[in-house]
Amino acid sequence: MLRPIAILKISAICLGVVFVAGCSKKDKPELAVQGEQAAIPGSERDFIVNVGDRIQFLVDQSTLTAQAQDTLRRQAAWMKQYGQVSVQVEGHADERGTREYNIALSARRATATRQYLIAQGIDPARISKIAYGKERPVALCDAESCWSQNRRAVTIVTGGAVSG
Amino acid sequence: MIRCVHSAAALLMAAVLWSMAMLALAPAPALAVVEVDITKGRVDPLPIALPNFLGESPGEQQSGIDITGVIGSNLQRSGLFRPLPQDSYIENITDFGRVPRFGDWRTIQAQGLVTGRVIMQADGRLRAEFRLWDIFAEKQILGLQFVSRPKNWRRIGHLISDAIYKAVTGEEGYFDTRIVFIEEEGPKDQRSKRLAIMDQDGFNVRRLTNGQDLVLTPRFSPTSQEITYMSYAGGKPRVYLYNIETGLREIVGVFPNMSFAPRFSPDGQQVVMSLQKGGNSDIYALDLRSRTTRQLTNTPSINTAPSYSPDGRQIVFESDRDGTQQVYVMNADGSGQQRISFGQGRYSTPVWSPRGDHIAFTKSGGGRFSIGVMRPDGSGERILTEGYHNEGPTWAPNGRVIMFFRESPGASGGPQLYSVDLTGYNERKVPTPGFASDPAWSPLLK
Repeated sequence: MLRPIAILKISAICLGVVFVAGCSKKDKPELAVQGEQAAIPGSERDFIVNVGDRIQFLVDQSTLTAQAQDTLRRQAAWMKQYGQVSVQVEGHADERGTREYNIALSARRATATRQYLIAQGIDPARISKIAYGKERPVALCDAESCWSQNRRAVTIVTGGAVSG
Repeated sequence: MIRCVHSAAALLMAAVLWSMAMLALAPAPALAVVEVDITKGRVDPLPIALPNFLGESPGEQQSGIDITGVIGSNLQRSGLFRPLPQDSYIENITDFGRVPRFGDWRTIQAQGLVTGRVIMQADGRLRAEFRLWDIFAEKQILGLQFVSRPKNWRRIGHLISDAIYKAVTGEEGYFDTRIVFIEEEGPKDQRSKRLAIMDQDGFNVRRLTNGQDLVLTPRFSPTSQEITYMSYAGGKPRVYLYNIETGLREIVGVFPNMSFAPRFSPDGQQVVMSLQKGGNSDIYALDLRSRTTRQLTNTPSINTAPSYSPDGRQIVFESDRDGTQQVYVMNADGSGQQRISFGQGRYSTPVWSPRGDHIAFTKSGGGRFSIGVMRPDGSGERILTEGYHNEGPTWAPNGRVIMFFRESPGASGGPQLYSVDLTGYNERKVPTPGFASDPAWSPLLK
């Protein structure tokens, strides 16, 4: 009976870590202010909070899971609604791999993500991409609960968003 | 810069043996005692006495102590020598020109003795002279002198260390070398990385970039004057060249997508690297003179971490074309691609030994990361070190020692540099000011 509680605690700690990490300038989700007030539609925060800026991958995979595809369809819909917005897709790998391979693997993830958005009808010129390998982890525990958060592609709004 | 002068005439000893040929010819069985066979697994380190190099003036005396310290520390770290504590010495060496009292050194179990002196020349340069004595054969087996500007005193110590290493082991030394590496700072989720260079013993650390741009995987040119590395400068991850002397930096080729994992060819004329295109990465060689690129791999997969054989005729690399990361060898023109790793787990970051006889790699599986070596045909795999995360081997120029980095777990953990012998023995932490990763060993300095 105690076990599920223990697991919940661990994931709560890891979430806490993500929270802090989320404030770094690269990923900018600004989750800390979530819930204080509704995000302004078309803003960067609207995208992060209401659409979802990131998807996760299985170990060594660049295949988009059903959940990832849901998120990317929402991202594409939002980008259609706010047609002036441009984004950069950041590919990332967890730290349980070697440096060069992870750079290539994260490029594969960024490519798969970008291709999906393009297939949803987004102009390729609006989507740039970059591969960070294992260089930018957001979750820092030495467990799958963190590594899975680091195996990600994050769509960063780089221009054209409503301010706020 | 530094000159090595054959000093037979200059020194007082009648017979100055300095060439390896002469050493090999010496038939006295006692001389065999001062040989170390480093091809064996664990070796008993050779007990060696190293009294401080003599000097007349206080400045010369201090330089003598300093240079002796560098030599002692090099020999100790090699694992092949055991410098005996100076307070155990019976004979007090006061005259560089006199034959030591061998019995006194035998009494303290020394098998080798190094005597030396330091002279500040009239031209302002520092001269260090030394002799290596075989205590059992009761003769000098090496006598050399090195002259350089006083600020190069550590290099003089390294050159003398290399000469001693070579005289005793028959192999080239590796002490007069540098390491280029990535110095890391800050928490794991906000790490800054700089290009840095230091002597192989961790001294004279110099930072080459300011930490603003993410930099990765630096590699030396065969002349040790240039580095090729990957930088995210301007938000565009690309391969660069960096000239250590001038500090000048240039992009290696302009490609539509990311370039990464660079390494020089043995003649320094090519940079081999990965170019990413879509989800795939292939290996290309760029000729630095003509600036033309040639594609060497062409598979719908990740091909990366290329490394030339020392003769420049082959390239070892990793690829996931068969499902997971494995090591492959191909001819330098891309023909004859062949997988050589078939063990359990993933194989990555292959690096060809400067001697040509081994390929070092990172192997992972079951949540563990090891450093190992195999023959270029994939046979004879041996794991040298194993743990939570070991990665990125680089070879000392004599192909006997491997350096790599080891990540420690935990949010506050980080990478440190380690070295280990080809035999798997003598693992040691390499001192760095902070966290350090992606080491690359230079050739012997010129």
